[in-house]
Amino acid sequence: MSQSELSPGAPPPTHANTINEQQHGIWVRITQGPGLVSVLAVFVALVLGGLLIAATDAKVATTAGYLFSRPSDFFSALWAAGTDSYVSLFQGSIYNSRQGFAPFLETLTVSTPLICAGLGVALAFRAGLFNIGAQGQIIIGSIMAAYAGFAWHLPFGIHLLVVIFMGVLGGAVWGGLVGLLKARTGAHEVILTIMFNYVALYFLDFLLNTKAFQRPGETNPISPILDPSAVFPALPGSRLHLGFVMAIGLTILVAWILNRSTIGFEFRAVGANPAAARTAGVNVARSTILVMAIAGALAGAAGVAQVAGTEQVLTAGIAASLGFDAITVALLGRSTPWGTFFAGLLFGAFRAGAVTMQISTGTPIDIVLVVQSLIVLFIAAPPLVRAMFGLNRKSKNKPPKTPKHAAPAPAAPASQGGGA
Amino acid sequence: MSAPAPTLPAKLRPLAPVSWKTPIMLSVIGLLSLVFFGFAGSEQTATFGISTGGDVFTLPDLVVPGIATGIVLGLGMCVLAGYSIFLAREHRPTPGWVPMVFAALFIFAFLVWVVSGARTPQISLAGLIAGSVTLAVPLVFGSLSGVLCERAGVVNIAIEGQLLGGAFSAAIIASVTGSPMLGLLAAAVAGALVSVVLAIFSIKYLVNQIIVGVVLNVLVSGITGFLFTTVMQEDPELYNSPGRLPVIDIPGLSAIPIIGPILFRQSIVGYLMYIAVAAVWIGLFKTRWGLRVRAVGEHPKAADTLGIKVNTTRFVNVVLGGAIAGIGGSFFTLVAIDSFTKEISGGRGFIALAAVIFGRWNPIGAFFAALLFGFADNLQSILTIIGTPVPSQFMAMLPYVVTVFAVAGLVGKSRAPAADGEPYVKG
Amino acid sequence: MKLELQGISKAFGSFYANEDIDLVVEEGQIHCLLGENGAGKSTLMNVLYGLYEPTAGRILVDGKPVVFRGPGDAMAAGIGMVHQHFMLVPVFTVAENVALGAEATKAGGILDLEVTRKKIREISDKYGFDVDPDAIVEDLPVGVQQRVEIIKALVRNAEVLILDEPTAVLTPQETDELLDIMRQLKSNGTSIVFISHKLREVKAVSDVITVIRRGRVVGDAPPEAETTELASMMVGREVKLTMDKEPANPGEATFKVKNLSVISSTGQRVVDDLSFEIHRGEILAIAGVQGNGQTELTEAILGIQDRVTGSITLEGKELLGRSVKQVLGSGIGFVPEDRTVDGLVPEFTIAENLVLDLYDKAPFAKGISMRPAEVRKNAESRVAEFDVRTPSAENLASSLSGGNQQKVVMARELSRPLRLFIASQPTRGVDVGSIEFLHRRIVDERDGGTPVMIVSTELDEVMQLADRIAVLYKGRLIGIVGADTPRDVLGLMMAGVSPSEAESSHQDNPDDMEGDFA
Repeated sequence: MSQSELSPGAPPPTHANTINEQQHGIWVRITQGPGLVSVLAVFVALVLGGLLIAATDAKVATTAGYLFSRPSDFFSALWAAGTDSYVSLFQGSIYNSRQGFAPFLETLTVSTPLICAGLGVALAFRAGLFNIGAQGQIIIGSIMAAYAGFAWHLPFGIHLLVVIFMGVLGGAVWGGLVGLLKARTGAHEVILTIMFNYVALYFLDFLLNTKAFQRPGETNPISPILDPSAVFPALPGSRLHLGFVMAIGLTILVAWILNRSTIGFEFRAVGANPAAARTAGVNVARSTILVMAIAGALAGAAGVAQVAGTEQVLTAGIAASLGFDAITVALLGRSTPWGTFFAGLLFGAFRAGAVTMQISTGTPIDIVLVVQSLIVLFIAAPPLVRAMFGLNRKSKNKPPKTPKHAAPAPAAPASQGGGA
Repeated sequence: MSAPAPTLPAKLRPLAPVSWKTPIMLSVIGLLSLVFFGFAGSEQTATFGISTGGDVFTLPDLVVPGIATGIVLGLGMCVLAGYSIFLAREHRPTPGWVPMVFAALFIFAFLVWVVSGARTPQISLAGLIAGSVTLAVPLVFGSLSGVLCERAGVVNIAIEGQLLGGAFSAAIIASVTGSPMLGLLAAAVAGALVSVVLAIFSIKYLVNQIIVGVVLNVLVSGITGFLFTTVMQEDPELYNSPGRLPVIDIPGLSAIPIIGPILFRQSIVGYLMYIAVAAVWIGLFKTRWGLRVRAVGEHPKAADTLGIKVNTTRFVNVVLGGAIAGIGGSFFTLVAIDSFTKEISGGRGFIALAAVIFGRWNPIGAFFAALLFGFADNLQSILTIIGTPVPSQFMAMLPYVVTVFAVAGLVGKSRAPAADGEPYVKG
Repeated sequence: MKLELQGISKAFGSFYANEDIDLVVEEGQIHCLLGENGAGKSTLMNVLYGLYEPTAGRILVDGKPVVFRGPGDAMAAGIGMVHQHFMLVPVFTVAENVALGAEATKAGGILDLEVTRKKIREISDKYGFDVDPDAIVEDLPVGVQQRVEIIKALVRNAEVLILDEPTAVLTPQETDELLDIMRQLKSNGTSIVFISHKLREVKAVSDVITVIRRGRVVGDAPPEAETTELASMMVGREVKLTMDKEPANPGEATFKVKNLSVISSTGQRVVDDLSFEIHRGEILAIAGVQGNGQTELTEAILGIQDRVTGSITLEGKELLGRSVKQVLGSGIGFVPEDRTVDGLVPEFTIAENLVLDLYDKAPFAKGISMRPAEVRKNAESRVAEFDVRTPSAENLASSLSGGNQQKVVMARELSRPLRLFIASQPTRGVDVGSIEFLHRRIVDERDGGTPVMIVSTELDEVMQLADRIAVLYKGRLIGIVGADTPRDVLGLMMAGVSPSEAESSHQDNPDDMEGDFA
């Protein structure tokens, strides 16, 4: 169905109508827009996580035994089990009376690689590419950065810059290679990046067992400690290092690239409609390679933040699950640079607080994975969240915005056209 | 526009309707094999044990010289490559058996090279093959799940989560009930449940299928990890001692050298694997159900106009696939070892995904791809034991590298179902 | 079987695609539904076929009301449909496609395709279809694929057959054959609903014509009605079937194509040794049935075809081997044939779309930094100049109607001094009001001294715009003829007959040919 008939058919809005529409529009934007859905998604995920914690809590189980004689015991135990964990999560990530705001500094530290890698995933998303490969890109970035950090001995200042450059280069090469293969052969980047992750992982494992990388006198796969000149200066009394400033800088840079630069315009055009981009003179192959290289470079920066900031050595687990967390960070941030930044902070807080939580309440860190993935699932399905809170409008819901979303149903543009 | 016009167009290319990719690939690999496995091979001889203790009749060990065998096999590969080049010059495509025979020669040449270069140049071929099949079991189940989902048009990145969920449920239910068979059933249910989430989010809410798959893997990993710590580790006796499924030995047949143990000395999961491969293949390509499934995966709108319920078909297939992958997951906790640990599936779901692609979305293709990857996995651990020049990590990389080559179209051309990954919205 | 629609309405949100439609299809009749693109014909048929649920109204079969919950119900009631875009699974065989949804099976749900093969052969023999049941559908020519669709409906015992714009993809010859098949089906008692906007075909084959405009029935007409009368019913006002334009004032030939050949990715020679020239200030129209190399020709000029030989020069400079960016930069305005696929990024704003191929040039960019203020300023002036109907240039391009989207593409491509203007299907899927506007702008560009190349499969459009007409058939140039060439001669040329032969055939019996070509 073409839309040629739609516009003439729509009645011209009267004045009163317009004002009403405006007020209605604001209400709709609050209830239907991404902001509220995101908040609700986080809320629902936390509640479900709390229920999971409570379900396995010993006290809850005991009190459930006499639920009908003394229900209050059960519910207070249930409440306590859920909230205790979250309170200690908060205390471990933001503030507690003993350490003040020191935990918040830890949150920022943990967030740094999440933000950098998340930006890489988000940028690729915007160009229509699923970069599942942040994990591998972080690993290769870490390898190159770490090697430059412990094997080369350069003057203070220059050394750190070289380390950063090498890490970013490593990630860019690993990501760019995927872009190259996709551009040249049409292979799907999801499959390529997944495979590249494992290749990188085994490569790291191999290197850590070679003379060049293994710390002398060690049998464990661990590298020498990086030179003091090769690491980010840290804030005294905390692990927070200058890498966080780099993360802020990269956020600003990515925002500029996407919204204000000609290459960003190309990326977005290729992402939204590669055929039209090509017809308009954009070199789609070059654009694909460039996007993946920049995305890889950002993930490489996350690797730098790990080896030259937080860890200061190269280990087999240097990338932990950062690459996969980065995907959830980008999705929660709706692939916008600043959205990714704040999503990175949130998930960083979860990560940082989870350590305290595990120590004080015994709740395993894995709960963070559960909450994190639930958040992303709910955010990706706004109609579900709105249905839970009875916010659904009667009109048809638009599918959520993802890089390769469904071709909209003919009905969807029709209803938009009618309302315009 | 001051540049002078080029007199000859830069894009002038020879009109070659026949692809040169295969001949070139074969030639390069053939020559490299000749040099590395042949001329630069080891002077030791490689010994391959064929029979094991329980066999009805005993075949002698196969003893081959390293360099000579490498040269012979390398020359064989070069001949095949030459034939492929000859065909390409005649503008004829290379027939399918050439790369297959080539691959077989390559694998054998590699084996001879790697074994003859080892500290103890001796392996049991029977053990190698039987072990490969065993390691391939979860991969086969996982890839069948992928085939079922993707043939219906739903990309299944969540195989890993389905395997892990199956492994966990099998362990806990078998432990609590004391019945490994109930554990097997629970594994299927758990896999199906993971699939239900995948189906609801991707089919009903139109969330991008890749996103749901990736997130589901994290979710299942989180939940099983959480419950492992809070429940299983609190009381491993009660919650994490599932016991093993017995190996069912078919008398007589299982004593045939090499193929006996593969086909007739398996746990019930192993037998189910063969049944599942056959059933999925027949189902997809010989039945009404399969024709409809494939139509839904290729052209959902066409199927819809013929009264086939597209989204119902997809839902059923995804859930069915999940159940099959769940059974595959039970292999980890009911067959391989008898307890659950965190992340026990260890990324095999992604290898299974690779097998789906490498096997060209065909159950039998996926089966052989999974066998190949199981072979690589098994070889890696055997090679570590006999001490070879190849670092085990590179063997571990093999499935992933092979898949990159496959999707890049360097070994044959694979074509996914046309509507794979596209949500279907009526209208 | 008699089919009745009573008061059918179909709404999408607040917009009504069909409103209160009554229609009666008598047994053994060819009933034509005539209407512009987007008038609501296809929506109506999708309602009838059970793909859409009607918002109001009812359907009666032989006087009894029926409710179709899906296509399955419609098929069971004896209704078959051949969709404009074929509903065939490309990788399946003919037999598999025909069997799908109504499969014969042996025990255990095992397919029995032999039953289907037999049925296909029967129908194929009866109507002289010549269809091999074991051929893979994607290897078949379009005309044969269409017959597979008809077989699909007949195998399901369709008594009413809906044909949705069936001739859009056919050559004039294939169209003739299809019209014959329709008459044959009719004589066997099958009713046919024939959806079209091509007046000549409609007049040639219909028993009754119902005209639809903006989702409503305008009225019925007999096939003997005057073409102009039908046209004005369809459009809703007097239509000028011709266009007022000054005669061309051609200058020197600045655009030259010599011995151009294009090989497709499957190895076929889709453009075959093409040579032609376009002069300043003239419009050369490339006519031909869809899929005869037009797309590849324009893409070769633009530089997105890989395997190209020959030469394309603009003002003496070779274009072959250059990137798209360089080609556009040499002063070519390019309107692609499918605006939503190649011309626009629907998710971008109108303003962004208006600089889609200029974003990195001054004044819109300085280095790699873009200047949003300039983009906005440009958008405001283009929107005003081309009368794009939108509340704001910051709205998404996807919010525009087809006609307004096309205006955006045209506005962008005509917004700079051009040395050559190429437009493919410049008015496809565009309402009549916009068509006249867009044609005017194309002629204005010509009058400004630009060589213009128009590619169109609509013979009407070709004849209205062209100063000279080049006809393509299977990638070859059949001939270049004047704009005053009779329509049936062009029709023959589009089927591969050389101009001289076509001309003499026209002289022999002009009456016989009239009316059969669209």
